[in-house]
Amino acid sequence: MEREPEISIRIFSDPHLLATVRGAIDGLAKCVGFHDKSRALLTLAIDEALTNVIRHGYGNQTQGMIWLHLWRSADPRGLRIIIEDLGKTTDPSKIKGRELEDVRPGGLGVHIIKETMNESVWEQRPSGGMRLTLAKWLNAEELAASYPAPSNPEQSNS
Amino acid sequence: MNTPLVIKSSMVEQTTVLAPQSDIDMARAPSMRDAIKSALESKPSKLVIDLSLVDYVDSSGIATLVETLKWTREAKVGLALAGLRPRVKTLLDITKLTALFTTRPTVEEACKV
Repeated sequence: MEREPEISIRIFSDPHLLATVRGAIDGLAKCVGFHDKSRALLTLAIDEALTNVIRHGYGNQTQGMIWLHLWRSADPRGLRIIIEDLGKTTDPSKIKGRELEDVRPGGLGVHIIKETMNESVWEQRPSGGMRLTLAKWLNAEELAASYPAPSNPEQSNS
Repeated sequence: MNTPLVIKSSMVEQTTVLAPQSDIDMARAPSMRDAIKSALESKPSKLVIDLSLVDYVDSSGIATLVETLKWTREAKVGLALAGLRPRVKTLLDITKLTALFTTRPTVEEACKV
């Protein structure tokens, strides 16, 4: 993805910062045209991804670096998100949500991400750490209700 | 930075009502967990968790609720959730946990379960 993201945030792996990040995501998602329920799911999925980085990538240490980049996309309309870290790497093929029939605390984050996003791809960064690429598109109702898309959002700075 | 989780606790006859006053995420779930464990130590006949002021719960909060379900079943204490807001209900739905919990619109109704 070559053009600059609409929003880039670098945060420490501190759970107390997550509420601030949720606010930023929700604001951009509203601008893109997501309705309340979709915004709630989108925010939740990104929050779960960040929580996983803090918990598993950095072992709950609060001084790890996490980079969050968000792009508006025009076709399909929605948001693309990349989350990168320098924490412990995991084999992407082993990142799976647990079976929901197995009722127990924990292990729900990956399930929530896969359930709520249109795309979710985990990969190991060549220089260390993990990269998670997410995407969520407007649904038909949101598309119909939204303002026309920018003619070329790749060059839009608004 | 988010603020600490304030949890109001009250007794309605033999029922303990816990009412968190803000969102329950990774940073705040441990406080909720401690409050629930503390409430169960006093052996109420029922525990009602009033979520009417909670607009956001993440999987850490959900995990706490699942733990609470386990603890209350083991202790033979009734459990009901009251006042779920739409976002919280959506999360319970997508994690397919809705059916496991007794939910009521208000604390008063939850106390009568």
